[in-house]
Amino acid sequence: MFPFIVRSIIQKTITLFFISIISFSVIHLAPGEPSQINPMNPRFTPELIKRFRSQFHLDKPLYMQYLIFYKDLFSGKLCSWKDGRPVLRKIWERFLNSLPLFIVGTLLTWTLSFPIGIHSAIKRGGVFDKTATFFAYFFISIPGFFFAYVLIIFVVNTFHVPVIGMKTFGFSSDSLHMIMDRIWHMLIPSVLSATGGIAILSRYVRSQMLEVEAQDYIRTARAKGVPEDEVHYKHALRNALLPFITMFGLVIPGLIGGSVIIESIFSWPGIGRMAYEAILSRDYPVVITLNFISAVLVLIGTFISDLLYMVADPRIRL
Amino acid sequence: MNRGFWAIFKKDKLGMLGLFIFILFFVIAILGLILTSGRHPLFDPSMIRLEEKLKPPLSHANINVLSPEQIPPFGIYIFGTDELGRDVFSRMLQGAWVSLTVGFVAVGISVAIGIVIGGIAGYFGHYYIKNYHMLLICLFSLGIFSFVKRYWSALFCTLIFLLLLLYVKTKSPFLKKGIISVDTLITGIIDVMLCFPSFFLILTIVAFIPGSLYSIMVVIGLTSWMGTARFVRAEFLSLREQDFVLAAKALGVSEFRIIFRHMMPNAIAPVLVSATLGIASAILTEAGLSFLGFGVPPPHATWGNILADGKQYLFDAPWLTFAPGIAILVVVLSFNLFGEALRDALNPRLRY
Repeated sequence: MFPFIVRSIIQKTITLFFISIISFSVIHLAPGEPSQINPMNPRFTPELIKRFRSQFHLDKPLYMQYLIFYKDLFSGKLCSWKDGRPVLRKIWERFLNSLPLFIVGTLLTWTLSFPIGIHSAIKRGGVFDKTATFFAYFFISIPGFFFAYVLIIFVVNTFHVPVIGMKTFGFSSDSLHMIMDRIWHMLIPSVLSATGGIAILSRYVRSQMLEVEAQDYIRTARAKGVPEDEVHYKHALRNALLPFITMFGLVIPGLIGGSVIIESIFSWPGIGRMAYEAILSRDYPVVITLNFISAVLVLIGTFISDLLYMVADPRIRL
Repeated sequence: MNRGFWAIFKKDKLGMLGLFIFILFFVIAILGLILTSGRHPLFDPSMIRLEEKLKPPLSHANINVLSPEQIPPFGIYIFGTDELGRDVFSRMLQGAWVSLTVGFVAVGISVAIGIVIGGIAGYFGHYYIKNYHMLLICLFSLGIFSFVKRYWSALFCTLIFLLLLLYVKTKSPFLKKGIISVDTLITGIIDVMLCFPSFFLILTIVAFIPGSLYSIMVVIGLTSWMGTARFVRAEFLSLREQDFVLAAKALGVSEFRIIFRHMMPNAIAPVLVSATLGIASAILTEAGLSFLGFGVPPPHATWGNILADGKQYLFDAPWLTFAPGIAILVVVLSFNLFGEALRDALNPRLRY
């Protein structure tokens, strides 16, 4: 186990190096320089551009910019170009806003998709399975932003309540009401981000379960007279669950990647919306850092899932 | 593809429905391109009628206030009009072609890259990249650099070194030493690419390069080839060891022919399935990008930007949201259903 961890860490470090290069160079694909944020802006005089360039090291060669960028990032000195605040602190604040959304969405996904998937695998071809399959395809195919608007129209027309933002503006009478208000605002975005996940994950659970149910040891278990429930939930389910341990590590990256559209629709001041705003205002340090961090999260996620797999499955000693 | 495939596919009703909608969408998109382009198109997507703002679907055009060329075909707005009085049906027709081309071209690019890279990793993966390859690359880029900067003496020296290297490459044990196998290198590249969350990466790139339909296709293609590459690599790894490849080799068939005539047809099934599902996700990605305002620049209509424009009138003119939304849903759903049915029909384990 120990050599595996060491080898994996070395590998991941090499990958990390290339990730840092790619996320840095993506920005420089753009024609022109970052200093020419808005060439039409009359306030951008040549002196101002020059000062801007030297302030953000844009007058240095590219590899020096790269080194300076990551030195600043890791020492926490990297500042946003828009408001001059440290990037890491900015991201951390927005991260705390995204976190509840993410947690509720993930909990909904993981608690609902397993029962649905298992049930439709056991009752294969039945009414429940067909309905679940249809809805799964429906929710995989529906564009998130369209579904968001359908929900907004439905909720606003039925309940006559505001749904945009994190809380109702100027609404802070007492703590109980405030908490209820917060939960209410969180509900639609998190349900939205969960539906896609439920659809995909429940299909996956179903196919995994079907695959295991076709194995010989399940037939053996039936043949020796094990009760049907025990066959399903004890023999089959345990083996079917194994691959999902690896998916647990892959939940982490969803923190940043999946939320851009939903957070910008609901004006939720989270990481996704910050990414969108940073891209719009060409705030390079924030964009690069977000790309970098999300790739690093994927890397950490795969590492954790490898470890979990090794602990859970004695057949695999990587 | 044999008769067994079609017999299985025909039984899958949802898959057939998907195929039917897929063909219908194809026809509509091509008709839409013909009917909405040209100088005097039958359905003019950019005709502005400020008197006829936000008319609901199936409402009749007010013939008294419009000049003859402003009147929509048949005198009705089938999907209503938007905030500038443009006919939503015409704009949807124009957008259908965008969705179709983005889906097919982006997936075409990604499949081509995936097959080449996955094929190299699978077939030539056991070769090693040696020290002299690295030196060759270094010298080559040095040569190009000095050519661009017009350092003629440096270019001359580089050429001499290059010739020298080509001459001694087989003699020196140091130059023949392998560094990394091709397979390790390519799987490493795939791993690095897979680390980036695709939508955010695409969004970043599209936002920073000048927006056009073609750049979106290329960017989606360049960031989504990893799945295909993995499939092809795995298939090639197992096919390479099979007897029919050995037989072809023994007959003296060229490597090119072995790869493309003998191995590729056997490896194409999973690629086909992932391409079909890839078209669905490319259409969704394009719609998302257009929705966020990065995408095909206006006034060209796409389903995503019709929806984005309509969001201000969500409660007054819901058809601006529902028409493109349902269209995207139906098309993506049909591709997904078709892809899944294809997967089942191509699965040899299900063929008794």
